[in-house]
Amino acid sequence: MNVLQIALDIGIGAVTLSLLLCGWRLLRGPTVPDRVLALDTLYLAVVALVVMLGLRWQTPLLFEAALIVALLGFVGTVALARYLSRGDVVE
Amino acid sequence: MELNPIVEWLAAALILIGAFFLLVGSIGMLRLPDFYMRLHAPTKASTLGVGGVLLASLLLGWSQGQPGIAELLITLFVFVTAPVSANLLAQAALHLRVPSRAQEPKGLPPKPADPDPAP
Repeated sequence: MNVLQIALDIGIGAVTLSLLLCGWRLLRGPTVPDRVLALDTLYLAVVALVVMLGLRWQTPLLFEAALIVALLGFVGTVALARYLSRGDVVE
Repeated sequence: MELNPIVEWLAAALILIGAFFLLVGSIGMLRLPDFYMRLHAPTKASTLGVGGVLLASLLLGWSQGQPGIAELLITLFVFVTAPVSANLLAQAALHLRVPSRAQEPKGLPPKPADPDPAP
């Protein structure tokens, strides 16, 4: 166990805790934009988690997965926000 | 895997800073009292957290001679798109008349009749 692996383990634990907090807000959120915001934060935390797991397992494959998750998260948030504010995604 | 100890400690510090800011953003989103404050917390803190983790990953990749194009792309993409999605969410919340706790500023003229009532 060197210092990098200990830091990665602590970081993975902290990001998992923040995923759980986002899930709580997603389930509970009193308004609909709260839930969409929780989903957006969840996507960002998943990007960080996938990058940290790629460093932990020393495989370069997971960075492309993180890129795809980031792209899908942005597109999903934009589509949901447009649906909430316009009632229609593509006009 | 042999690493320079300076690079290793720097990457460990960046990972810890990034994870800390992600956790702070999530706690702020859980604890703050109304939607506009909750929008404010993860938009900045989570961007900084993801930036720290990706910077550590870039540093480790460069110290082993890998270019790290994917990390650079993710960093640029997250830094560009996080304010855009927060702006769109704020527009959606204003359109849906999500209640705010902010006080009404003093000295405003009386409100005109609402031209666009919420559906």
